[in-house]
Amino acid sequence: MELTGAQILCRFLKDEGVEYLFGYPGGAVLFIYDELYKQDAVKHILPRHEQGATHMADGYARSTGKPGVVLVTSGPGATNAVTGIATAYMDSIPMVIITGQVPTQAIGSDAFQEVDSVGITRPCVKHNFLVKDVKDLAVTLKKAFHVATSGRPGPVVVDIPKDVTALKADYVYPAEVEMRSYSPVTRGHGGQIRKALKLMLGAKRPMVYSGGGVVLGESSEELRQLVQQLGYPITSTLMGLGAYPGTDHQFVGMLGMHGTYEANMAMHGCDVLVAIGARFDDRVVGDVKKFCPKAKIIHIDIDPASISKVVKVHVPIVGGVKEVLGELLTALKSSEQQADKAALATWWEEIEGWRAKKCLSYDNSSELIKPQMVLETFHKLTNGDAYVASDVGQHQMFAAQYYPFKDPRHWINSGGLGTMGFGLPAALGAKFAHPDETVACITGDGSIMMCIQELATAKQYGLPVKIISLNNGYLGMVRQWQEFFYDKNYSQTYLEALPDFCKLAESFGHVGMRIDKPGDVEGALKEALALKDRLVFMDFITDPSENVYPMMEAGKGHNEMLLRELA
Amino acid sequence: MRHIIAMLMENEPGSLSRVAGLFSARGYNIHSLCVAPTDDPTVSRLTLVTREEDEGIVEQITKQLNKLVDVIKVLDLTEGEHVERAMMLIKVRATGARREELKRLSDIFRGRILDVSNSTYTIEVTGVGAKLDAFIDALEPKSILEVVRSGALGIGRGTKSLRI
Ligand SMILES: Cc1ncc(C[n+]2csc(CCOP(=O)(O)OP(=O)(O)O)c2C)c(N)n1
Repeated sequence: MELTGAQILCRFLKDEGVEYLFGYPGGAVLFIYDELYKQDAVKHILPRHEQGATHMADGYARSTGKPGVVLVTSGPGATNAVTGIATAYMDSIPMVIITGQVPTQAIGSDAFQEVDSVGITRPCVKHNFLVKDVKDLAVTLKKAFHVATSGRPGPVVVDIPKDVTALKADYVYPAEVEMRSYSPVTRGHGGQIRKALKLMLGAKRPMVYSGGGVVLGESSEELRQLVQQLGYPITSTLMGLGAYPGTDHQFVGMLGMHGTYEANMAMHGCDVLVAIGARFDDRVVGDVKKFCPKAKIIHIDIDPASISKVVKVHVPIVGGVKEVLGELLTALKSSEQQADKAALATWWEEIEGWRAKKCLSYDNSSELIKPQMVLETFHKLTNGDAYVASDVGQHQMFAAQYYPFKDPRHWINSGGLGTMGFGLPAALGAKFAHPDETVACITGDGSIMMCIQELATAKQYGLPVKIISLNNGYLGMVRQWQEFFYDKNYSQTYLEALPDFCKLAESFGHVGMRIDKPGDVEGALKEALALKDRLVFMDFITDPSENVYPMMEAGKGHNEMLLRELA
Repeated sequence: MRHIIAMLMENEPGSLSRVAGLFSARGYNIHSLCVAPTDDPTVSRLTLVTREEDEGIVEQITKQLNKLVDVIKVLDLTEGEHVERAMMLIKVRATGARREELKRLSDIFRGRILDVSNSTYTIEVTGVGAKLDAFIDALEPKSILEVVRSGALGIGRGTKSLRI
């Protein structure tokens, strides 16, 4: 059947099973919008900024595992999307971003709203395509979805010139594509797996370090089984939270710059480290030279380039985390050797000693609202079941520390790029996917302003997310660094002229609440949660001097943490 | 150490810029680069020479290249026995008695004189980089008018071959 490029695109999205398309119209995509108008298989969502579109698609993807799909126009539409594309790239989130382009004949002529979208996005996508012939459109779209969702996932851009959307070609849905240059490995090497198991079982002070790859690879169940069968302590990166139940005894908390004392000390002291779907990010590792000085390291990852990139490992296993953990479980079952129970008991004693420091305690008798208390209360009220999207700053670290996640895909945050403005649109994206669940956005008075316009999108589509703003009047995380490392020169971190957030929320048609007394926190949260069908903006006025502890300064080792001193 | 990395990739617009972009984005060194389609017009072969002290970085380079979606195969030729060639075209001032002398020098280096004018020779020399350097060194610096050198090409010795 002969269809126009725009028709092919719409038909393809339907055939691919795309539920939501987060898009913003413009000249180069008018033919596409005309076709979208005539169909209802794919629900088009209109954000208020292309950055919002990308973060919404991203929040949808993170909370479901399905690819997030975005449509923007050429030029400024594409450049506005770049922050969201880079955010997804850094955290390996599957997304397909369709950018309109000026007509083929005009490419290279500095035409109105022309930018080299393929060139601009090249360093922050898994791959990108420019479709020059309508005959290639359907196959290219299929390749984009295939590349975005397989192997180590990531965003893929498809740039479509306007004339291609008007010209006609035959359409058949390409159910599968062959790409000779792209075939990610999923099965781990049998020999390496046996070697790893032997090393693991021989450990006296083992440690499991799990990352976002476990969430992306849908392998929480395998991870839980392996860790519980072995009885080993487990820590997680910021990106991996929720892959292993956060309240389980074997979970020693997050590691790294704002990890727990016990997690970091156990990293420092372990003799065998099992890294699973993690990439040894600098915020996790600290000083490479001081990293796990006594450990033999096993590293399971789907991306060969992640292995020995930062830290040289002893037993690399390239493969899908799910497949490899499955094979490890099978091998463990038939293994004669078992974990060294006696050594493990001594190791746990040592860990409990570190845990007894209670590194996350804070002054809970303060007259001022402590951000930690807000999150602990929210955790209690939601039983750890909420989807929590976060912005970037102190509030993000507090959420990671004080909201122990039960399940994967519930913690939605920009870990790699650290994009302020991510939280609200990402929460909305998650809410589209989970209309009956509690979805919250944890944010700060700085971050929320970066995508505040999406309050209108929330109104238009009736998305009752709960915004928990920890308003400390500062760009708190930067203020903290200035306090610690820059002689308390609070350069440009005090946010004068903040809006009245309640009125702001109300002007968009939402409910605003201002809470400034610790005694009112629980009541306010309960009230907001009870308003099931309303977006509630909770403006918590928190202690402006609160800092995130523990802290491992950049360039330090895991055993050199700063702890909070309580009076 | 110097490494010669050979790869096969899709012969598509943008493939080369992905490779070049990878090197600039990650701060890897490229000493030279050669690229052209192969006997299969849909496949290009790219040969690049890099000098990195840290072998970990060389390992990262090959892994990152392999990760590019357009790249089909990557081989570090330096890991095995291989032959290597680069080509140079050089235009030199050749007048009077110097004409004979230059002709002899070119013969010693198995060069070929490709173009002659009443005051110049254009000579082609192929070989490993060191040989090309030696030819330049053997010339009177003032007589050199123009030099154009290709990057190195490399191929493994024996029956093994880099093909799809
Ligand atoms: C787009 C962007 N710009 C700048 C930064 C640098 N930055 C990191 S945290 C932070 C402060 C965030 O302040 P706020 O949202 O109020 O959160 P708080 O730290 O106070 O909880 C800044 C400016 C960033 N991460 N993202």
